[in-house]
Amino acid sequence: MIDTIIGHYNYWIVILLMMAGFYTVINRGNLIKKIAGLNIFQTSVFLLYISIGYVNEGTTPIIAKGFTSYANPLPHVLILTAIVVGVSTTALGLALVVRIKRAYGTIEEDEIHDKDMSL
Amino acid sequence: MIEQNLSLLLVVIPLIAAPVTAMLPAGRSPWLFTLAITWICFALAIWQLTIVIDGSTISYELGGWAPPWGIEYHIDALNALVTLIVSGIAAITLPYALLTVERDIPLRETSLFYAVFLLCLVGLLGIAQTGDVFNLFVFLEISSLSSYVLIAMGKQRRALTAAYQYLIMGSIGATFLLIGIGLVYAETGTLNMQDLHQRLQPILDHRTVHTGFVFIVVGIALKLALFPLHLWLPNAYKYSPSAISVFLSATATKVAVYIMLRMVFTVFSTSILMITHTEFIFLTLGAFGVVVASTAAIFHYDLKRILAYSSIAQISYMVMGMGFASKLGITATVVHVFNHALMKGALFMAAGAIVYRLGSSKFENIYGIGRQMPWTFAAIFISGLSLIGIPGTAGFISKWYFMLAALEQQAWLFALVILLGSLLSVVYMWKIFEALFFHRPACSAPPVTEAPLSLLVPMWVLVLANIYFGINTELTVGVADTAVRLLGVTAYHE
Amino acid sequence: MKHNLVLRFITKYLFPVIALFALYVQFHGDYGPGGGFQAGVILSVAFILYAMVFGMETIEQVLPLGVLRILASTGVLIYSGTGVATLLMGGNFLDYDILLQRPIEGQHIGIMVIELGVGITVSAVMLIIFYAFSDRRNYD
Repeated sequence: MIDTIIGHYNYWIVILLMMAGFYTVINRGNLIKKIAGLNIFQTSVFLLYISIGYVNEGTTPIIAKGFTSYANPLPHVLILTAIVVGVSTTALGLALVVRIKRAYGTIEEDEIHDKDMSL
Repeated sequence: MIEQNLSLLLVVIPLIAAPVTAMLPAGRSPWLFTLAITWICFALAIWQLTIVIDGSTISYELGGWAPPWGIEYHIDALNALVTLIVSGIAAITLPYALLTVERDIPLRETSLFYAVFLLCLVGLLGIAQTGDVFNLFVFLEISSLSSYVLIAMGKQRRALTAAYQYLIMGSIGATFLLIGIGLVYAETGTLNMQDLHQRLQPILDHRTVHTGFVFIVVGIALKLALFPLHLWLPNAYKYSPSAISVFLSATATKVAVYIMLRMVFTVFSTSILMITHTEFIFLTLGAFGVVVASTAAIFHYDLKRILAYSSIAQISYMVMGMGFASKLGITATVVHVFNHALMKGALFMAAGAIVYRLGSSKFENIYGIGRQMPWTFAAIFISGLSLIGIPGTAGFISKWYFMLAALEQQAWLFALVILLGSLLSVVYMWKIFEALFFHRPACSAPPVTEAPLSLLVPMWVLVLANIYFGINTELTVGVADTAVRLLGVTAYHE
Repeated sequence: MKHNLVLRFITKYLFPVIALFALYVQFHGDYGPGGGFQAGVILSVAFILYAMVFGMETIEQVLPLGVLRILASTGVLIYSGTGVATLLMGGNFLDYDILLQRPIEGQHIGIMVIELGVGITVSAVMLIIFYAFSDRRNYD
């Protein structure tokens, strides 16, 4: 039983990061903190992919003399694409926050809500 | 050579056109170039549909690598129908966009606007064409990021907060989809949809597969605006530029319905619904969505917002059809995907024409406008009848199939919900008709003329298509039947 | 920040080193960690570091916004252009085998050209994002 818990430590880390990021997105009212939480959430998913892609006693997936067992290169490629998607989303979110600050004067969600409702 | 690479050209042509459009000088040229590209894509989509309409499939390997190792575009009737809808709506929105975009977007941003529009088209067409699960995720993110940008270009400052809220919720949905794909990949080792179907069959009772399925369903439900996860949709459709309201309302959520169909029935097979009791969730959330969204629509005094809540209700119908998990249910969903695109496209075009003339869609500013803009009001009237489900229009065909699917399983409660949804839509549609035509005009309203011809013609093409496909159902129901047969869904048995 | 001697010296010294490292990462993507995206980010970091220490006007003289937009579009066109070239030569999209005489040389040149397109676009886009966030003059 201990072996199950310790052996699966990568999944525990993934769950911890995922919940931390998700909680930050939902609970924080500051728009930039929400984007930071989204980033943590997406990073946990990257860790999930890469940790399940490891082959026991496997080396880097580049053909070299003397090695027969290589780690799976496909998750690495998938995560590269997902990282680029995450960077684009963060850049777009931050650009929107800059424009919101210019238009509203604040980046706290409840203050923006009050300004919208008061018109 | 074109026929050989047909399914690929549908994605590559807008992809090459997008950076070229970004480099064009501001003025009429970006619009003209985008118009040509969307019409070429529409012609290619029609050609592709004629090839697969008899039940055959096209298989295109990217990079020359054979399927389980390489990305494959696997086209059957359902793909071709969704591609036809997306490219058709894009082709009809461009003539409409000429005048409305000039009003909504500053001149020096028009070339970038049309470039992002083409990128959104690339994303949506790529989702409809691909046969690889991770490629689907990438194209989904391309189309989502482009739609966040397009929505944020609305004139009011609330467009920015609407786009931000959509960004947060949409990214969470896409990340859930990514987690689900990762778990399914961990169990099977492949990402190709056909291969996944075969490898998942013997292991459908593993808990990892169930978890992956649930993550995928919730992730797509966020994009779909299923009942509790619909909060981004009303603001996003209300504050975006008129042409983008038309385009996104008629395509983005329908493509999400297609992704759900593909994932649940092709990748996982129908029995997963019974094993994880998801059919019950689809039916319940769909029923709640119909009732709650239709009721919410009744209480608003803004034309675009009522139409947005009505969209949520119609999408809930489609999810209910998936919940029935029978041949009739899925046929109803596929037919409604097509018909709803026509209905909502026409309604949002009319709303955009009113905004073009008057600058606002709030009822207090547009009372009685129907008498001064008769053609626009007639378009709203006929599309509204189609939304309610009057016989002779396209909406009636979809409602008929939904009722048949519900009665076949003797689900009296859900048949009642479908009828209740139609009655509620009568209420809010009548509210629109009454405010636009029968109410006395607002005192401060300036006198306006009818909408210009370049706005009216696309609107009426969609309205007449509504009536045509309500009478001649050979295309929609025929293709839906072929698609359902290929999805492998059999008729319902106890 | 340009009044700080240490920062000035280190930045002027590091700028070509970072750019060289970016080129190394770009072209060794098929034999080690690297490739287009990483190299593009590292190259844009060199420019951003210089702009942070010496002010944005210095790099705006070298890379004005219009040039960056054209570079970004060019990178995407290089990528899709390679794919279309393989289409015109008779194979499937991005089928590198037919680009040159032997399939293995075709694969090598295909990947190199594609990664070059990606690297150009990513570095241009990162600089455009930096310009958008730090340019305080255009208040639309």
